[in-house]
Amino acid sequence: MNFDIALLLAQDGLTNGAIYALLALALVLVFAVTRVIFVPQGEFVAYGALTLASLQLGKVPGTAYLLIVAGVATAAVETLAALRERRPGRLPALLAWNVALPVALLLAARWAAPLAPPLWAQVALALALVVPLGPMLYRLAFQPLANASVLVLLIVSVAVHFVMVGLGLLFFGAEGSRTPAFSDARFAVGAMTVSGQSLFVIGASLALIFALWLFFERTLYGKALRATAVNRLGARLVGISTTLAGKLTFTLAAAIGAASGILVAPITTIYYDSGFLIGLKGFVGAIIGGLVSYPLAAAGALVVGLLESFSSFWASAFKEVIVFTLIIPVLLWRSLTTHHVEEEEDE
Amino acid sequence: MKLKLAVAALAAALVIPAAHAQVKVGVTLSATGPAASLGIPERNTFQLLPTTVGGQPVQWIVLDDASDTTKARQNAEKFVNEDKVDVIVGSTTTPNSLAMIEAAARSRTPMVSMAASARIVEPIDDAKRWVFKTPQSDALMASAITQHMSDSGVKTVGFIGFNDAYGEGWAQEFQKFADLRKLKIVGNERYARTDTSVTGQILKLMAANPDAILIAGSGTPAALPQKTLVERGYKGKIYQTHGVANADFLRVGGKDVNGTLLPAGPILVAAQLPDSNESKKVALAYTKMYEDKFGPGSLSTFGGHAYDVYLILDVAIAEAAKKAKPGTPEFRVALRDAIENVKNLKATHGVFNMSAQDHNGLDQRARVMVRIDNGQWKLAQ
Repeated sequence: MNFDIALLLAQDGLTNGAIYALLALALVLVFAVTRVIFVPQGEFVAYGALTLASLQLGKVPGTAYLLIVAGVATAAVETLAALRERRPGRLPALLAWNVALPVALLLAARWAAPLAPPLWAQVALALALVVPLGPMLYRLAFQPLANASVLVLLIVSVAVHFVMVGLGLLFFGAEGSRTPAFSDARFAVGAMTVSGQSLFVIGASLALIFALWLFFERTLYGKALRATAVNRLGARLVGISTTLAGKLTFTLAAAIGAASGILVAPITTIYYDSGFLIGLKGFVGAIIGGLVSYPLAAAGALVVGLLESFSSFWASAFKEVIVFTLIIPVLLWRSLTTHHVEEEEDE
Repeated sequence: MKLKLAVAALAAALVIPAAHAQVKVGVTLSATGPAASLGIPERNTFQLLPTTVGGQPVQWIVLDDASDTTKARQNAEKFVNEDKVDVIVGSTTTPNSLAMIEAAARSRTPMVSMAASARIVEPIDDAKRWVFKTPQSDALMASAITQHMSDSGVKTVGFIGFNDAYGEGWAQEFQKFADLRKLKIVGNERYARTDTSVTGQILKLMAANPDAILIAGSGTPAALPQKTLVERGYKGKIYQTHGVANADFLRVGGKDVNGTLLPAGPILVAAQLPDSNESKKVALAYTKMYEDKFGPGSLSTFGGHAYDVYLILDVAIAEAAKKAKPGTPEFRVALRDAIENVKNLKATHGVFNMSAQDHNGLDQRARVMVRIDNGQWKLAQ
C-alpha cells in the first residue's frame, strides 16, 4: 500500500463515514428523546433513495400510496382521540395534515413524475413523500407505548423494520437503483483526484450537522427536545408536550434518513433492504457515543467508515466481521469506565 | 409481507378443482428475499404455463420460500406429505435446493431444481438419483470465460466475487479452469451484495495490474465493482458471469458496463443466433409469450430455467403416463425414469441429454459469449 492508495481509501471512508455519522446522530436523538432504538432508521435511507430513483424513471413511487394509507390510519386514530377528549376543533388541522397533504403529494407526484423536472425538484418531492412517514409512524406504532420499557419499544421497532422492508420489496422490486450524480466534477489535489460527489456528501453532512446544532441551541423546539431527553417528567412539568417531542424527533430522524439516502444513492446501488446494514453501521457509531453523546457518535461513525474502507483493502472477505467486532472493545471500555450510568437507569 | 399474501393467493388461484388422475406439480421458488430477482421471473413463468402437460391435466401448486432454506424444506415436506405431488420443482437457489433433496428422495418423488450449482446433482447417489436441474453448472460457464480470455491474449486475471456461496463457487471453478488455460490469478477479493463501496478491493486488484478482471456477482449488485473500476480508470477487459443477465443490470450499470463480456444461455441473444441454432425457435417463442404478458424487455434468463423445467416435464409426463396412473408411487418412479431418458430436447438454455450419470444434461450448446454494447446484449464472435 502506498500513500496514494491510503488517501483514496481515506476519502472513501470519510464519504461513507459522513453518511453513517448522520444516521448515528439520528439514532442518538431518537433514543435520547423517546428511548426507542430506532431499527427502521435505515429503511428511511432506502425509501429516500428509491423514491428519488422511481421519480427519475418517471414512475409514481409506492411510498406515495403508503403515505396516504399511513395518513388515513393516523387521521382515524387522532380523530377518535380528539372526539374522546371532546375537542372537535382539532379536526380540520388534523385532516389537513394527515389526509389532504398526502393526497396533494400523490397528485403532485403523478403530475411531476412523467415531466422529468429538474433534480432539485425531484429531491424536494422525494423528501416530501418520505419525511411525513416519520411522525405518522410515531403516532401509530410508538406513541401508544410511550411509557413502555426500552425492551418493548425495541421489539416494536424490529417489527416496524420488517414491515418496512417487506413494503420496500413490494414498492421497488428486488433489484437496486442508482441515481445520477449531483456533480461530475473532479478536482486534482496533489497526487489524488477528489470526486465532486464525495465532497458534496461530506459538505451536505456537515451542513446538516450544523443545522441540527443550530436547531438544538437556538430554537425553542430544539431546547424542548433537549429538555425531554434529559428528563421526561421534568419536561412535562414545565409544559413541554412529550407527544410533540416524539413526533418532532421522528420527523427529524425520517428527514435525516431520507436525506442520507438521497446523498448516498449516486455513489452506490441501493436495494430495498440496503438500509438495514447502513443503519447498523450508524448504530455502531452511536454505540461508540454511548447512545448519548452526539460528537462521540459522529466521530465513532467516521471511525466505522474508515475502518470499513481500509479493511476492504486488506481483508475484503472479513470486512463486516472487522467492522462489527469493533463494538466489543468499545462496549468493554464503556462498561469499565461508565458503569454509574447504568445504575441511574436502573432507578 | 404483502407479496407473500399475493403469492399465496396466486397459489390458490392456480389450484384447479380436483379432477381424476391429475398430475400434481409442487413448485417452491424464492419470489421474495435476497434471491427475489431470480425467483420473480420464475414465478411469472409458472403463471404462463398451460394446465395440460404431456397430454395430462396438471395442477401447479406454487409456493414462495422467501429465499429461506428452512422454508424451502417445509414447502418440500408439505408437497410430499400433504399434497402427495408427483414431482417437485425448485428451488431457485442452491442452498434451498440442497435442503429439499432429502424430502424428495425419502418419498421417492422426482425433483427438478432451478439452481445452478453442480453439487445439487453430483455425485449421483441413492438420494440424488431423484434430483435433476435445468440451469447450466458454473463449470460450464467458467470454461467459456477462460476459453475466451486465453483466445484474446489475457495472461493475468483479477477476481472479485460475492462474499457468499455464489462468489465462493465461482472462485473455485474459475481457479480450476484458469489453471488449465495457464491464466494467472493475481488478485482474489470479496464483497457483500449490500456493500455501499468496493473502492478498497478495486484499488488492491488494480495494483496487481491484471489484463482482465472477472466479477462474480448476480443481478444489479454486480454493477458496483464495475462502476468503481471505470471510475478508477481501469483499461483492461471486464468479464461478468451469467448472473447479471437481466435488464435491471443494464439499467443500473448504464454506460459504465459497455464492452462487458459474459457467458449466458442462448436465450439472452436468441434473436441474433443463426437459424441453425437449436435453441433459437423455442427461446423466441418463450420470449414472445413472456413479454406479451409482462411487457417488452421484461424477459430475464432465469425465467427460461423455469420454462425448461416445463419442457422436460412435458416430454416426461407423456412418457410416464403410458406406464402408470398419476398419484401413484409407480407413476413417480416412471416419471423419474422418463426424465432421466430425456434425449435431444431443444430448450431455451440449450439441448438436454439426460443420462444416469448426468442429471443436468447440458453441453457447450448451452452457452454463448455475449458482449454488452450500448445497453444491448450482443452475441460476441
